[in-house]
Amino acid sequence: MTQPSDNAAATPVGAAATPVGAPAATGTAVPAVRVSGVTKTFGTRAGVVHALSDVDLTLAPGEFAALIGPSGCGKSTLMRVIADLESATSGTVEVFGKAAATARADQDYGIAFQQAGLLPWRTVAANVALPLELHGLGRGERKARVAELLEMVGLSDFAGHHPDQLSGGMQQRVAIARSLAEQPRLLLMDEPFGALDEMTRERMQAELARICAETGAAVVFVTHSIPEAVFLADRVVVMSPRPGRITGEVVTGIGRDVPRDDALREDRDFFAKVTEVREALHGTPVTGSGREAR
Amino acid sequence: MTSTALTTSAPGAPPGAPSGADATPHRRHRGLGALGRLRVVALGLLGLLTVAALWEAYKALAPEDGVLIGETRVLPRTTDLAMPHVWDMVRRLFEPTTSIAEEALWQTVAAAALVSLGIAAVGWVVGTTVGLLLAVAMARVRVVEWGLLPWIVLSQTVPLIAFAPIVRSWGSRIEIGSWEWPPWLSVAVIASYLAFFPVAVGALRGLQSHSAIHADLMRAYAAGWWATLLRVRIPSAVPYLLPALRLGAASAVVGTVVAEVSTGYLDGIGRLLVSYAGQASGDPAKAWAPIFGAIALGLVAGAVVTLIGVLLRPYRRGEAP
Amino acid sequence: MSSASATGAPPGWTRIGRVAAPVVVGLVGLAVWQFLVSVVEVSPYLLPGPAEIAEEWRANADAIREAFWITGTNAFIGLVGGTLVGVGLAAIASSARWAEGMLAPVVAGLAVVPIVALAPVLNSMYGADSEYGRRVIAGIAAFVPVYVNSVRGLHQTTALHRDLMRAYAASPGQRFRTLTLPSAAPYVLTGIRVASSLAVISALVAEYFGGPRGGLGSFISTSAATSAYARAWAYVAAAIVLGLVAYVVTALLERLVQRLLPTGALT
Repeated sequence: MTQPSDNAAATPVGAAATPVGAPAATGTAVPAVRVSGVTKTFGTRAGVVHALSDVDLTLAPGEFAALIGPSGCGKSTLMRVIADLESATSGTVEVFGKAAATARADQDYGIAFQQAGLLPWRTVAANVALPLELHGLGRGERKARVAELLEMVGLSDFAGHHPDQLSGGMQQRVAIARSLAEQPRLLLMDEPFGALDEMTRERMQAELARICAETGAAVVFVTHSIPEAVFLADRVVVMSPRPGRITGEVVTGIGRDVPRDDALREDRDFFAKVTEVREALHGTPVTGSGREAR
Repeated sequence: MTSTALTTSAPGAPPGAPSGADATPHRRHRGLGALGRLRVVALGLLGLLTVAALWEAYKALAPEDGVLIGETRVLPRTTDLAMPHVWDMVRRLFEPTTSIAEEALWQTVAAAALVSLGIAAVGWVVGTTVGLLLAVAMARVRVVEWGLLPWIVLSQTVPLIAFAPIVRSWGSRIEIGSWEWPPWLSVAVIASYLAFFPVAVGALRGLQSHSAIHADLMRAYAAGWWATLLRVRIPSAVPYLLPALRLGAASAVVGTVVAEVSTGYLDGIGRLLVSYAGQASGDPAKAWAPIFGAIALGLVAGAVVTLIGVLLRPYRRGEAP
Repeated sequence: MSSASATGAPPGWTRIGRVAAPVVVGLVGLAVWQFLVSVVEVSPYLLPGPAEIAEEWRANADAIREAFWITGTNAFIGLVGGTLVGVGLAAIASSARWAEGMLAPVVAGLAVVPIVALAPVLNSMYGADSEYGRRVIAGIAAFVPVYVNSVRGLHQTTALHRDLMRAYAASPGQRFRTLTLPSAAPYVLTGIRVASSLAVISALVAEYFGGPRGGLGSFISTSAATSAYARAWAYVAAAIVLGLVAYVVTALLERLVQRLLPTGALT
């Protein structure tokens, strides 16, 4: 398995032992995502907005990349282009070696947004079943798979509830279960924890890290939280606005075998990486980096 | 078309206007305790009693010839002939329709109201079906929406029911083979015609109301337009659809009553309204019986839509808590 | 052009399409009408041609104008009366919960009940030569949307703004002037716009139920009854004009108030 970055530690350790049977990282050399020379412009009343300008990004199977940057840097747009929710103005986007549109038609990725986006009239179980239902999975298989997924996100007891009966964090867990429904080898997540309070957020991060380790899926994770990016990702991609472009990359070097728990959050290396990402974001070294240990 | 206003404003309102709230889900008393529900009912009855009390108070206090400003009478006369007592109206309901009839007045009125209800129901179902199909077509093909919506909105501001007397002339001249156009069909056509507009506009708004995130999600699932319609757009249209259906039902009822009068249809409540009012000089309380019938007609139509709303409750979870 | 692909269409095309499509539909409608009349030769009982109707309009211009004024005046007086009562009761309802509870079922009932049914009785209450019965009908019809929208508008002040006013120790008068009025006025105007159409329609329809002759509604029904269909259509056209005038005037008023009080759109 070749890594696009020089960081061998990013190889998904847990990938081989996936209980859910994810087909990820099976030794192919085809990258999970390859974005090359992508530019995206929007025509607005105020003129043309360059949301993305000549962006290149390659993601290996099983790799977890966080996209970070200030608002307007195009990180969400980049994710949406990969998902084929938007089409690039120029450049190419490949997902597992296929054009983005084909990959979408083939359901090669799972997706989650900042809002859970659950259908309010469906129960939790029916929400998770939605993609399976759309893609014609039989009733029995669907039921078994939904039970499995709810088990994974710890919501088995809430299968019959409706979304409005759940807390924000629980709704987001349902959304994540839904994104995993078809065992995608690629997960696209747009600030999935952005609307949650800090405590819930940290718990959800740990949970996501565990799920990713279990499934071995590659992840494109959009966030505006530096600690979140460092905590979760193998590689933090730093973007900046006007025009939206990639300005730097920080390889966290935190292996997949390192448990994502509170010990990691207090680790010295973790802080060092947080500082590194912050400096990459601001473009200048932050003086007196010792202060960063809040 | 007096009652088309309802709790919503014109479906043609621009989205930015305050009326934008019109099609948004109504606040409902959900999870009211038995006591709370009792309070609602009690206050409602009190409201009705107040209306009756105001009637009697005006009748007792105002001058016999009404309130005049100069030569014009601004408030009505208060004689028993012009304003019968409320209790007389109610008592009259239980007396025979005519001196030679055996049927009580309320039975005559109820029978006529049922006929009208049937016609209104046919009109409502046809109008709703056409309205829904057109809304789907407008949601599917942008050009259809561009071409038709302005006309539909425009036609709502216009007294289309003015056509009613003219429709009669169509009915009496259409014969297909041995089949003759029955008079009630003219009435139903007008009713359906009036019911169709609010449903088309409300349903279109509803079909366009789903959130962007759900649209993204369905696109990410590579779900087709029809799958999206079925799974997302129609369910999220329900909260918009119910007020539209209610508006359509009210319009169908008004259309039926007005069309019965203007086409001279004999079996419905409309004819009773006019002919009993003609007898008012001798029997003033009798004229009120068909009015109560018409009120009951409207309330039944409204109740049917409320019932539909109860059946569709799972799809109204997004409404205010 | 599906809705999905239309979102990707250049904005210029969207603008052209939005204007052109209804115009095309209107022209096609006219063409079909003319085609039915002059080629298919539909009997004039079913559908008189546009030219015939215009001819009748010209021939009866004075009568139409007079009828227009009579029905228009009825609708206008009804609208004004209904608006005053609607806003007044809404003010009471928004300050006292019990009053709102009492009014709610009455208004909900009025909304689904065919108010025109009162027309014959009102005619005898006011006397056969009075237009006031119709004005009352128009007034009740106008009352409902004005009341509903006013109540909604008066509930618009947010808890945040109320707290702010309390913190400023504002008097009730100041509070009404600076907070309640600006946030409610756009809603009231929306109610009036909706009510204007209803008032016109009601005033017109009430004429079908008897009472003094002379309005547009009574001319439509007498013309139709005497098989003068082209003339009936000319009166219908006048009724449409009346409806449009009422709508345009109140919509402009609404727009004006929204521009003066843009706060109404905020939370």
